[in-house]
Amino acid sequence: MTPIAIDASAMMQGLYCILPEILIVATALFVLFVDLILPEENRRILCGVSIIGVALSLFTVFAMGPGKISGFSGAVVHDGLGAFFEIVILSACALTLLMATGYSEWEGTHKGEFYSLLLLSTSGMMFMAKGTDLMTIFLGLETLSIPIYVLVGFHRHRMSSVEGALKYFLLGAFASGFLLYGIALMYAATGTTKIAQMVPMLYDARLAASPVFLAGVGLLLVGFAFKVSLVPFHMWTPDAYEGAPTVVTAFMSAAVKAAAFAALIRVLLLTLGGLQPVLWKVLWVLSVLTMTVGNLSALVQNNVKRMLAYSSIAHAGYILVGMVSGDVLGGQASLFYLLVYAFMNIGAFGVVMLIAQKEDEGYDIDNLAGIGFKYPALAGLLTLFLVSLGGIPPTAGFVGKFYLFSAAIKHGYIWLAVIGVLNSAASIYYYLRIVVYMYFLPAKGEVPVPRPPRIAFSLALCASASVVLVLGIVPSSVLEFAERSVLSLLM
Amino acid sequence: MEPILFIIFGAIAVGGAIMVVTRKHPMSSALYLILTLFAVAALFVLRQAHFLAAIQVIVYAGAVMVLFIFVIMLINVPENKLPMERLTGLRLLGVVAAGFLILESAILARRFAMPAGSTADAGSVQAVGRALFTDYLLAFEITSVLLLAAVIGAIALAKRKI
Repeated sequence: MTPIAIDASAMMQGLYCILPEILIVATALFVLFVDLILPEENRRILCGVSIIGVALSLFTVFAMGPGKISGFSGAVVHDGLGAFFEIVILSACALTLLMATGYSEWEGTHKGEFYSLLLLSTSGMMFMAKGTDLMTIFLGLETLSIPIYVLVGFHRHRMSSVEGALKYFLLGAFASGFLLYGIALMYAATGTTKIAQMVPMLYDARLAASPVFLAGVGLLLVGFAFKVSLVPFHMWTPDAYEGAPTVVTAFMSAAVKAAAFAALIRVLLLTLGGLQPVLWKVLWVLSVLTMTVGNLSALVQNNVKRMLAYSSIAHAGYILVGMVSGDVLGGQASLFYLLVYAFMNIGAFGVVMLIAQKEDEGYDIDNLAGIGFKYPALAGLLTLFLVSLGGIPPTAGFVGKFYLFSAAIKHGYIWLAVIGVLNSAASIYYYLRIVVYMYFLPAKGEVPVPRPPRIAFSLALCASASVVLVLGIVPSSVLEFAERSVLSLLM
Repeated sequence: MEPILFIIFGAIAVGGAIMVVTRKHPMSSALYLILTLFAVAALFVLRQAHFLAAIQVIVYAGAVMVLFIFVIMLINVPENKLPMERLTGLRLLGVVAAGFLILESAILARRFAMPAGSTADAGSVQAVGRALFTDYLLAFEITSVLLLAAVIGAIALAKRKI
């Protein structure tokens, strides 16, 4: 055999393409190393180091711009879509880390392992968002998942945390199997794992109708549906979200969902050209089921964390509405909504985290009674996030839902939009129920004293709140960015 | 010759897999699993994937199964304490579903010809190594990050005090 000729410039280009990921992995390793030499009481620095790493990576993403760079013989690509999702994921990670400064203090998670797992998971998400080879997407998904399983169970002494982690792990491993089997079948049908090489083959009617390929796409969809918790693959969500340390729940609900949707959007938008007649029905049913089951289950929850878990299921359904039509308009709406959702959901979890005194018992809705006028800033922020989650103007949640449903209507999926709007109306009940508890119900006994937020924590809340408000009033620039991102994929 | 060997090893693999799920004692299940893994390795050899066959034996039948057996021996549940498995309706349904899956795969396999991709030396050590360090370099590197994450995770969960 001839020795492998190494093309240095292609290698450099590849490394440049994954520079943001390299920075995150390097930060994770650095955190582990610093953890070793740092005395116990100075562990707080680790959080700062992680935040700096994430900020550097975010800066790199912006500096690289939306230009298309592909690397490693087409295994990854840095394009508009990748950049958009990297920004969403890194922002979610940064917000989580800012909140972790306070949370770790109360719950004792100032550990090198905690931060490095969070960062490694983030790197997996970024690979997933950028992967153009199904192999990269699968490995990204695994790199994302394994640290998350551990983080869910990080409170080893709490029963609910361990239970959530075990459930998530077992079902997650099963779902990864589905995904991998799907990829294997798609490979068997096309002879390649690269999406770009698969797409032109799909216009060949014989392949698009080939049972092996369709079975592969179906299994792939199951794997992704599990990660974004679409009904009926959502069974793990409430338990895992409730059991996990609340910062991890916030991170999971925003970033994991964004990463899985990124890969799903890339695969679906590209392949839908050939598969749309078959796939839209599946997506339609999944979307309707997810919205309805998520919202109906959320209606009856008394634990705020569990309620937000069901609400996050419902939101996955809304986001899927944008993907049923499978073109630029819907894709743009999904992207915009994912960004907005990350900020409003992390914000909501952040406020709830401050009010709840301890994990498990602190999240009962009764605990919120009487908070409203005693702690106006916190209650106001929570109201803002909930109003946005419910989709009431002038918040970003309203704009996001408006674009999602109007994309569905423009493509003639009137019923889908009607069901979506009805669901959205029903969801307002349980979001406003919390607001009613805060402002109009007297406290049973003492009003709990929320934890005093650190500066970093307040910063995270203010940042989320301003994004929710600003995008609710002037969404055009981000919408344009989302549109360019989707277009960059289809070009 | 090849089809006959395929049928023999395929039958051993499937038979072993059935024994894994039907044995009462976990130790016999584990031993049958090793048999299945060896038979699958033989199937890989028949497909000219020698490297994969070696890895299958070394990693799965070797390292992973040794761990399994260690754990079973360490936990050491006495014979009479083993949980009784009953044939419930759900399990019967599972068997029926498995039957359908096999039928479906058989139909698929008949209707569908594999693309002629694998040449004689695509499965050799050189070819796999070359692919790993050229086309799949990134996948190879992400795997190392994944393994690191798994190690850190295992320590975070299992160590007495972190």
